[in-house]
Amino acid sequence: MRVFVEGVGLLGPGLQGWKAARRILAGEEPFRSASTIIAASELLPPAERRRTPVPVKLALAVGQEAFENAGRDAASTATVFTSSSGEGETLHQMCETLASEEREVSPTRFHNSVHNAAAGYWSIATRSREASTSLCAYDASFGAGLIEAMTQVVSLRKAVALIAYDQPYPEPLHSARPLLASFGAALVLTPEASGRTSATFELELLPGEEKPARMSDSALEELRLGIPAARALPLLEALARKTQSDVVLDFLTETRLRVSVNPC
Amino acid sequence: MLRALREKRSGLAPCGFETARIDTYVGMVPALDDLRVRPDLQDYDCRNNRLAQLCLEQDGFAREIAAARDRYGAGRIGLYLGTSTSGLHTTELAYRRRDPKTGALPADYRYAKTQNAYSLGEFVRCYLGLSGPGFVVSSACSSSAKVLGNAARMIAAGVCDAAVVGGVDSLCLMTLYGFHSLGLTSAGPCRPYDVDRDGISIGEGGGFALIERADRVEPGAILLLGVGESSDAYHMSTPHPEGLGARMAMQQALDSAGLDPSDIDYVNLHGTATKSNDASEDKAVFEVFGGQTPCSSTKGATGHLLGAAGITEAIVSILAIEHGFLPGSANTRSVDPALKSNYLLENKQAKVSRALSNSFGFGGSNCSLVLGVAQ
Repeated sequence: MRVFVEGVGLLGPGLQGWKAARRILAGEEPFRSASTIIAASELLPPAERRRTPVPVKLALAVGQEAFENAGRDAASTATVFTSSSGEGETLHQMCETLASEEREVSPTRFHNSVHNAAAGYWSIATRSREASTSLCAYDASFGAGLIEAMTQVVSLRKAVALIAYDQPYPEPLHSARPLLASFGAALVLTPEASGRTSATFELELLPGEEKPARMSDSALEELRLGIPAARALPLLEALARKTQSDVVLDFLTETRLRVSVNPC
Repeated sequence: MLRALREKRSGLAPCGFETARIDTYVGMVPALDDLRVRPDLQDYDCRNNRLAQLCLEQDGFAREIAAARDRYGAGRIGLYLGTSTSGLHTTELAYRRRDPKTGALPADYRYAKTQNAYSLGEFVRCYLGLSGPGFVVSSACSSSAKVLGNAARMIAAGVCDAAVVGGVDSLCLMTLYGFHSLGLTSAGPCRPYDVDRDGISIGEGGGFALIERADRVEPGAILLLGVGESSDAYHMSTPHPEGLGARMAMQQALDSAGLDPSDIDYVNLHGTATKSNDASEDKAVFEVFGGQTPCSSTKGATGHLLGAAGITEAIVSILAIEHGFLPGSANTRSVDPALKSNYLLENKQAKVSRALSNSFGFGGSNCSLVLGVAQ
C-alpha cells in the first residue's frame, strides 16, 4: 500500500506545531519538554467553542495544522480519528454525577462523552460531510488509524486525514490508566502526488517479533512509550529528517507495521 | 430473532436495570447478571464482554470461526467491532467504591480490560483465537454498521483474507441518564414512525458475522454490495433536519453497489422513534426512494442497541433476504401522516433480493449498507 504525505500536524509537550517541532525531530534543535499548549479552535462557532472538551480541541488543532500545511480543503476530505483515551474529563464528570444521589447529568456533557466527539465537532467546524470514523485499539490506536487511513486512500482513491490524539485522564482514572501528556498528530494522505507532497509511505505488515523503532532522544522515547498517539513519533522523525528510512511501528502484539518513508 | 420478528414480539419492558430510576422501557438481557466470561479470560469480565460471549455462543458462530481459522490461519482474519460504551458500567460501579480518603478507584478495577473501547476487541480476539489486524470503531450508533466497510476495504487491500465483524453494547447508567437528560427516552416501549412517538427505548445486544472474499461464494450466499458513509456537519446530538447526511450515505451506498433505488426491495430504517430522527430520516428516504419501497424500523422489537444497532439490523436485513420476510413495526400503532415513506406496520412476505440498512449516530455519523444475495 502506497500513499503520499501532503500535510502534517503535531502537538505535544515541547512539540508546539509541526513547523517548530520538525527541527527538533530532525535533530537540529534539542528537545525541551514543556506543557502542551492547546488553543480553542477558531474553526468552531463561539457557542460550540465553549462546549468543546480538551481532547476535541487537541484533535481539531492538529487536524487544522495538517490541512494548512497540505493546502487542502478539509470540507471535501474524509477523516480517520483514532484515540486510546477518548473523552476522559467528560467520562470522569459523568461517572462522578452518576455515583452521586442526584444523578442529573448534563445533556451537553452526555453528547460530548462519545468517542467520536472530536469527529462530530470537526465535521461541524469544517463543514465536512465526508465519511469519518473514530477508532480505538488501546496502545495500538495509532497503528490502527494508520492502517485504516492508508487502506481508505488506496481502496477509495481519495485523500484521507488521519488524526490521532490522547489527553491524560483526571484522577482517579489517571492512576488506573496513566498517560504521560497531551499528544496529537495528524497526517493528510493522498492517492496521488501534489505540489505539497513531502514523502511517500509504503506499508507492510510484519510479525510481532519485530522490534518497533525507538526514539534516540530518551525524553522523546519516554513520550513514545507513555502515550498511544505518540507511537507516531518515529514516523514523524523520519519525515522531519527527510531521508529514506524503514520505520517499524508498534501495533498489536502479533503485528507490527513497517512504513517505508521516501521523501519527495 | 426471525421467530420473534414474525410474531411481532417486543423485548422491551419497564426499566429495571441496576439502580436506574427512570420512567422508561428497556431491552434488557437478564442472563448477563449471572453469566461470567470464560475462566481464562476472567480479567475481561464485565457486562459488555459477557454479552459479547453470549452472542458468540449463539448459532454455532464460534465454531464457524474455528473452522475459518483452520482455513485462513488466525493471522489472516481481521477483527472489526463496534461499541459505543464498551465496559463503561464497570467504571460507573467503581466510582461508587472510591477510597473515601484518597478518592482512588478500587484495586480490582481493570481499565484496559473493561472500560477502554478496545476491551471488546481484545476480548473477542482472545475468545476466538484470532490474531489478524483489527480495532474497534466507536462512532456512537453507526459503529457496527461502519465495521462492514472497514472489513471490506481491508480484504480488498489484502490486509486480511477474511474478517469477523460485529458490535456489542450493553446497558449502563450513562446512556440511560444521558438520553433521558436530552428528553429522548420514551415513557413506554418505543414506537418508531408513530404519530405519537415520544423517544427511544434503549436496549442491549450484539451480533457478529464473518466476511469473506466474494470470488469464492456459492449461489445463495449473502453479499455486502455497497457501503455509504457521511457526516452531518450539523449538530452533536440532533440529526440534520432535512436528512442531508442520511441521504448522502444512502446514495453513496447505492452508487458503490452500482444500483438504482428501484433495485432495493426493503429498507431497514434507523427509526429510533424520536420526533427528529424519524422526521429527518423519512425526508431522506422519500427523496432517495420515493414512497413505494417498503421500509420499517425493528427498534420497537429490540430497542435501540446503540453501537450494536448497525450489525443487528444488517442481520435483520439478511433474514429479510433469506426468508422473503419484511418485518412490520412492533409497537407502532398509527403511522405519522407527516411521514411519506411506505412504512410497514404489518409483516409481509415478498421476494427481497437486495436490502438497505441505515444507522445514524451522535456527532452526525451516518452509515448505510446494501446487502444482496449471490445468484
